[in-house]
Amino acid sequence: MGSFLFDFFAIFTVICAVGTVVNKNAVNAAMCFLLCLVGVAGLFVQLDAYLLAFLLLLVYAGAVVALFLFIIMLLDVQGKSAVSFKRLSTVAAVIAAGLLAVGLCSFATRGHLDAPNPNYASGVGAALKPYAYQLFTTYLLPVQIMGFLLLIAMLGVIVLSKKVEPTEAAK
Amino acid sequence: MFDFFFNLHPVIQGLLKGLAVILVIFPLAGACSLAERKVSAWMQGRPGPNRAIVPWFAYIPFLGTFLQRLGVFHLMADGAKFLFKEEPVPGHVNKLYFVLAPALAMMPAFTTVTVVPFGAYFDGAGQVIPLALANVDVGLLAVFAVSSLGVYSLILAGWASNSKYPFLGSVRASAQLISYELSMTLSVVPVFLWINAPGTPGTMSLAKAVEFQSLPGFWGGTWFIFLMPLSAAIFLISLFAETNRQPFDMPESEADLVGGFHTEYGAFKWSLFFVAEYSHMLVGSGVFTLLFLGGWNPLPWLPLADFVAWLHSLGGAAFVVHPLFVGVLSIALFLGKVLVLIFIFMWVRWTVPRFRYDQVMKLGWQKLLPLAIANLIFYALAIAFIQK
Repeated sequence: MGSFLFDFFAIFTVICAVGTVVNKNAVNAAMCFLLCLVGVAGLFVQLDAYLLAFLLLLVYAGAVVALFLFIIMLLDVQGKSAVSFKRLSTVAAVIAAGLLAVGLCSFATRGHLDAPNPNYASGVGAALKPYAYQLFTTYLLPVQIMGFLLLIAMLGVIVLSKKVEPTEAAK
Repeated sequence: MFDFFFNLHPVIQGLLKGLAVILVIFPLAGACSLAERKVSAWMQGRPGPNRAIVPWFAYIPFLGTFLQRLGVFHLMADGAKFLFKEEPVPGHVNKLYFVLAPALAMMPAFTTVTVVPFGAYFDGAGQVIPLALANVDVGLLAVFAVSSLGVYSLILAGWASNSKYPFLGSVRASAQLISYELSMTLSVVPVFLWINAPGTPGTMSLAKAVEFQSLPGFWGGTWFIFLMPLSAAIFLISLFAETNRQPFDMPESEADLVGGFHTEYGAFKWSLFFVAEYSHMLVGSGVFTLLFLGGWNPLPWLPLADFVAWLHSLGGAAFVVHPLFVGVLSIALFLGKVLVLIFIFMWVRWTVPRFRYDQVMKLGWQKLLPLAIANLIFYALAIAFIQK
């Protein structure tokens, strides 16, 4: 039962991901992306990572994709022909795909996952608190860096979107 | 007694539970729409729906007239009308998303019901066992996560309708729902800071919140609405905005947008949007009851266990302590509180005029959000001080 659901969600996620890339209609692509996120959340649930699943739904499916749709509708990009790739982006895409393939190959042939830590594996109630402790102890630096990056992005948006009125003195 | 049910295949169990949700919530939401019309009528000093009646009922002396005046049969008439009406699909719409949107409105609304505990009973050892379809430990996060998907139905309905007013409605909806989600989520954090005292296993469970409001002693028995009034106020205001209720019903705002996102919808598809809206209200009120109004405890400082013991001492009847009776009693208490909240929703709707859109945004971002953050910081410090 569990294995069947895992396979189902895995295939579902991959199909939706392909749909996101292939779809010409931007709204369809965004909806495929949404389904893809729901599929990943389903995979997380199968792996007993309930917290992660619901955070993914809450933040990405609930807010980020909604903003994507919002932007797509405002710009009304539907029906326009796609911009053809520049040479640089083609090269970058090929390199990225190659790296991904190499990574997958090496993982499939030589990699292995650590056995799950029995302290964290038992249920969600036990997992919620260790998760938070990990964030504030072991992974404090990455969390801080991510926060700082987000802050910079936010400042960038404010600077870009704010039209500065010339003041009296400047005139 | 229930061994038969638990012996079924898990998939069939799940299907039966899902069917139970639909069978309970769908009529309840329909009844809410009737109550809305009746309450609005009382508030405006008119009789409201009071004509429809099934032929044979007219012959019952008092009950028939009473039910007719109450407008109960309008509910059935409405339901039948929506089912048998012609369902026009305008020619200019995107058919797939136009049909998908009402279904998408129902799904999150019904899915969230599964994780909301709605009652409790005591097992042999006196332990409180919450009644819920899926008593998951991330309870509240699950409610927030799944109900946040409800915004897509509004966005898609407006976009797929391919005309101006629905589109404006859906653009408003997407901005409004995301804005108020922030203050809503922040406002309940103090509750869970308080529940997750040092030394306890971390939890986001809604049943745990009720458990903390039924502890003995003055502070243990206090409902969180008295302990954290500001959190409760922010949560309730955000709930109004999240469920598109007046004074926040910008997405439909019939004064300036005809019907908002559902302008192009008719018949059963239209009514699905409304059932979804009322189910969102029911679930939201349920969560508010669990977090701030003591869940299934009858009164502040009077937990369900004490109440049942008092009932038992009163008459001495044995059936009072039977799990089935306690379960039904707790569900009745919980539903009673939820219905009072629904009434408050209607009361506000027919009292407060609708905001302008800029006022909605200003209230969300410049008033509620800073207030919620200040509230969180205050309670974080206070709770750290008390629980040290």
